[in-house]
Amino acid sequence: MPDASLLHSGTPAPASASQSGPAPSPPAGGRLRAAGLSLGYAGHLVSEGLDLVIPDGEFTVIVGPNACGKSTLLRALSRLLEPRSGKVLLDGKAISSLGAKEVARRLGLLPQTSLAPDGITVADLVARGRHPHQKFLRQWSVEDEAAVVRAMAATKVSPLSARLVDELSGGQRQRVWVSMVLAQETPLLLLDEPTTFLDIAHQIELMELFRQLNRQGNTLVAVLHDLNHACRYATHLVAMKDGDVVAQGRPQDVVTAELVEEVFGLPCVVIDDPVSHTPLVVPLGAYPAPGLARDA
Amino acid sequence: MTPARSGPTPVAPPDFGHRTVVLRTAGGRFSVRFGLRSALVTALLAAVALGLAIVALGIGEFTVSVPDVVSALLGHGTGAVHMVVVEWRLPRVLLALLLGAAMGLSGAIFQSLTRNALGSPDIIGFNTGAYTGALVVILLVQGSYLQTSLGALAGGLLTAALVYLFSYKKGIQGFRLIISGIAVSAMLASVNTWLILKASLEQAMSAAVWGAGTLNRVSWDHVLPVALSTLLLATVLLCFGKNLALLEMGDDAARALGVRLEVSRLVLVVAGVALTAMVTAAVGPIAFISLAAPQLARRLVRGPSVSLLPSAAMGAFLLVASDLVAQNAFAPTQLPVGVVTVSLGGCYLIWLLAREIRRK
Repeated sequence: MPDASLLHSGTPAPASASQSGPAPSPPAGGRLRAAGLSLGYAGHLVSEGLDLVIPDGEFTVIVGPNACGKSTLLRALSRLLEPRSGKVLLDGKAISSLGAKEVARRLGLLPQTSLAPDGITVADLVARGRHPHQKFLRQWSVEDEAAVVRAMAATKVSPLSARLVDELSGGQRQRVWVSMVLAQETPLLLLDEPTTFLDIAHQIELMELFRQLNRQGNTLVAVLHDLNHACRYATHLVAMKDGDVVAQGRPQDVVTAELVEEVFGLPCVVIDDPVSHTPLVVPLGAYPAPGLARDA
Repeated sequence: MTPARSGPTPVAPPDFGHRTVVLRTAGGRFSVRFGLRSALVTALLAAVALGLAIVALGIGEFTVSVPDVVSALLGHGTGAVHMVVVEWRLPRVLLALLLGAAMGLSGAIFQSLTRNALGSPDIIGFNTGAYTGALVVILLVQGSYLQTSLGALAGGLLTAALVYLFSYKKGIQGFRLIISGIAVSAMLASVNTWLILKASLEQAMSAAVWGAGTLNRVSWDHVLPVALSTLLLATVLLCFGKNLALLEMGDDAARALGVRLEVSRLVLVVAGVALTAMVTAAVGPIAFISLAAPQLARRLVRGPSVSLLPSAAMGAFLLVASDLVAQNAFAPTQLPVGVVTVSLGGCYLIWLLAREIRRK
């Protein structure tokens, strides 16, 4: 299992982060929040008047069908997309008014697509994640070096440190990109579909790493398309449809067969995951729902 | 699990896959890291360029031995030697070094921004536009050398701006820039041909010589402005050079690391164009060094993508070497250095093509 204990810890996780516990408490205060956001690309509007608070210390996962606006929302939260109206607030200030490097020190983003320059080694790429902390005269401090070593150890890419990124498999490359974001050492981490291209073992490995990071006090926001992974690892789930937030809260409280049908249009049964005791969505497909009488 | 956050405990440095040098002051206020191979290649190329420069100072109708050249440079030369080495030949050699470095840098900037080995100021039509400007001055105004330079500058900058505007769509995209450049270049090339056809023989010859790019007519008057401009642009690149590398990771990743995209790109494009403009204004369009220097340097350094300093050193070396060949290959006839670079460039492109074909 990847070892997140080597990483920088943020503020201690609040009690509401535990999986099985008392009744759901309202989301804690949020450093990152969206206020009245209207988002769109040239031509069409995706969201209008969207309000969302990203609770501190939680592992928030945004789920929804294709084109529901979840990636658009994440891009707006990470300042990659300028909202048509409304604001994204970071620590009370509009994110667009903060300096670019200042934002990069508080908010780390793993984008959906990144290009690895030709001929770069793993360690060099991870080291670029230190850019927000570096100054003109201070290009490679002791902290920078230590952060890179820790980040590579956490995603278990240290043995690949000297290899060329071009030569790695898709899964290895993705872990290297995660390493680069971890080297940035930010209390807030935004992840846009981080488990794409990974096989199931690596997907779980990465999700466990994210869970550990969250337990250490980092606030995470991820867009995932795998609903069951979201149910299992999120401490705060946000379901979106057609650009609006339909439901949010702990997966146990929020995920029901009715919600899944409403948001995804997928008839299903929601059972209790025997391992993690979180909701497990089982699609019906062509099968009849269990327990219904068979046609005579 | 106890957090292993290390404070004073030393951590083994990461293995970068190539030898790196880290320099740090005790207080940690200053620290820098660079690749050993990159530094060595730059130093070697610079040394060879300087060596060739000293040799070039000694060769010509009036031969001066290398020790005499060195003593003349140090100020101990006697009458004739001093005049030949310092007053006649030195400005030419200095400019070859400076302008070659400028072309190497410019090529590196464009190839990095367009993420394409063919991205260079030659490709985006700058040189053709500069030639148009120069032709207009030569043919319509019968201008002096200075006026021709200014005309070339204006033509080149206007063309660059035109190509930039054609390819701009919420930011520059490498491929679009190259395509627009080729299209505008082609149109201007036909304009140039038409202008030359309409000119008198003398004018056409003078235009042709200018168009090939030559260091023949430079003097000490050119050295100071070129040196100052190069210094200024080099300072700009020192600040933005790192952003160049980060921009190659894609817009999203670069923004996520705190790079201000449009500012960085604009500054870098302006610096790249300014470097080329300076060269073209001083000596006319010299082809292929901007294209070849970064790639050749990259082949030696074997690092990620193109790097600025080795490209500059390679550019200086290439131009000094080309000028040496231009002056002496067919002595006493002096070729314009642009002819030599085009020939060398052609060979380079053929070699590149052959390599690519063999790879497939």
